[in-house]
Amino acid sequence: MSNSEQSFYVKNCALAATATGERASSLLELRDKLVLIDEGCIYFHFWGARMTHQIVHTQHHNDFARWVHEQLHDHVLGERLSIIDPTEFDSLELLRQELVEAVERRLDDYQIMLWTKKEDRFHFVSSTIIVFESTLTIGNPDALLQVVPKLAPGSIYYHFIDARARTPERVDDFSVWLKQFGAKYDPLVEEIQSIDPYFLTLPQVKEELIQVINKFFKG
Amino acid sequence: MANLLELYKAVVGEDIIYELSQLARVLKGIKIVHINSTKVGGGVAEILSTMVQLTTSLGIETSWEVIEGSPEFFECTKQFHNAIQGYKSTILNPHHLKVYEDTNRSNADQFRAVIENADVVFVHDPQPAALISSFPNRKNKWVWRCHIDASDPNRATWKYLRNYIRQYDASIFSLVDFVQPMPHPIYLIPPSIDPLSEKNIELTPEQVQGVYSRFNIDPNRPVILQVSRFDSFKDPLGVIEAYSLAKKFKHGIQLVLAGGGAPDDPEGEKVLSAVKALAENDPDIHVLFLPSDSHRTINALQRAADIVLQKSLKEGFGLTVTEALWKGKCVIGGNCGGIRLQVINHHTGFVVNTPEGAAERIRFLLQTPHVMKEMGENGRRFVHDNFLTTRHLRDYLSLIISLIKPTNRRIEIHKIGLT
Repeated sequence: MSNSEQSFYVKNCALAATATGERASSLLELRDKLVLIDEGCIYFHFWGARMTHQIVHTQHHNDFARWVHEQLHDHVLGERLSIIDPTEFDSLELLRQELVEAVERRLDDYQIMLWTKKEDRFHFVSSTIIVFESTLTIGNPDALLQVVPKLAPGSIYYHFIDARARTPERVDDFSVWLKQFGAKYDPLVEEIQSIDPYFLTLPQVKEELIQVINKFFKG
Repeated sequence: MANLLELYKAVVGEDIIYELSQLARVLKGIKIVHINSTKVGGGVAEILSTMVQLTTSLGIETSWEVIEGSPEFFECTKQFHNAIQGYKSTILNPHHLKVYEDTNRSNADQFRAVIENADVVFVHDPQPAALISSFPNRKNKWVWRCHIDASDPNRATWKYLRNYIRQYDASIFSLVDFVQPMPHPIYLIPPSIDPLSEKNIELTPEQVQGVYSRFNIDPNRPVILQVSRFDSFKDPLGVIEAYSLAKKFKHGIQLVLAGGGAPDDPEGEKVLSAVKALAENDPDIHVLFLPSDSHRTINALQRAADIVLQKSLKEGFGLTVTEALWKGKCVIGGNCGGIRLQVINHHTGFVVNTPEGAAERIRFLLQTPHVMKEMGENGRRFVHDNFLTTRHLRDYLSLIISLIKPTNRRIEIHKIGLT
């Protein structure tokens, strides 16, 4: 492999969030909309919201789980939806089916239908991700030390969060790239993969990355 | 202009400015024009002033035009504004509507060259919304930016304005809750605060401490602050009630209600009188009716406060909350509008529904200063990551790219440049 083939070309991204106008006020409505809604909404409410104004909610890792918990006060379904790991599904369509299945199973338990107030409805949001090249390149693993501290939040999102939805391995791009350099970097790969992005904001993910890289190279 | 980027870099961080530069390089060569109805005063003008300078400093040619109109025109658009925000008894006056349409037509003629020369035209709020009708053969992209809460508008007014807005290529709302359906993409872009403005710039300890003596506030006792117009939707009477309930347990607390109001607003005068009447027997309640340009004073008051309240009953985005969070203050806010987006229970503050709820949270925070400090730090970080001008600009640039490129959920730009 030539040097240029081994280089990691850092990309950056931005997200344009769009309202679909679709809303749900009950679990039944949520199910009905989930069946029909554009896949972009599934992506946004699992992944994309991380690039918008939302904070990381440690209890619920996707917007569906949080709404069910906080607005419908259905804590059982909230926990079930929260544990769904989107990286286990090969497509957004399969992820959608899992969501629908979980909601329908819960609907079977319901004796009465829970509703929310008008201002607490679930709003389905979709998004367009815009991926563009940065001027940063990582030539070899050692260069991670210099380049990672320079990464913008959009680059962290693209290579660390979006990668899990985009790559066949369902892991971050850094791990996949490091694999080509042999077993020497396996401990670093393991450390990077053990960063759980569901509990961290993008700046926090970057800090964790810097820490594990520093630890690996500087001891 | 490059110096401006350096100034922002010092506040928001090098990575954020670098990210903006990368995005701007993709759009190099395009021309943007913003159109609104005032160059000074009000949140929209403040945002645009910074936005235009920043966009220009990133190498994107950006201009800002302000439409002109008679007092009758602005009377009409003020009615539009109130009606969109839910004032139900608005009756559209045919004469006013003619003034509105004529004024937009004459402004379109005045700005025709600059508008036709732009690739993207951002039109802010209802005042200039009808400009689009004067450009039937337009080739550029038109975006209508709604800065107000349109979730429950007066139907007749909305029906009238919708006929113009639906002609745009896209619209922008601040919150998903504020959205009205449209036959074009609706982008969600929250507003922002400018960390370098008079309202938010860092102050010296002396500048902050100056407000204690100026307003006769005891620096050694806790200060609870609400900054807002004297308006019943901001619930200043509820704030006094919350303070009184909390004072039963925390005897030393002081309350500062700081704000202004339009001199011709009869409702505001009534609310201010009621507030003064309720406060007159308590020397620890300070009612400050400040001029509209008291930005530094408000800045210092926010920094001097221990807890900031925004106990609104109805609210747009609530930029006073953003300002307080940016200053590291824990916020207790009413359960409405954009406050719900910014005040996250146990993280950046507390959302409450009643004066009783607010009182309970005041007591809790004063009893646990370490929690208050931690939440204050969370709030500042939260605003840094989400609600500064730089994020606002990034969202605008993203929108432009997604409008110019064919619609797709994933746009990959492999080379710098759109072609």
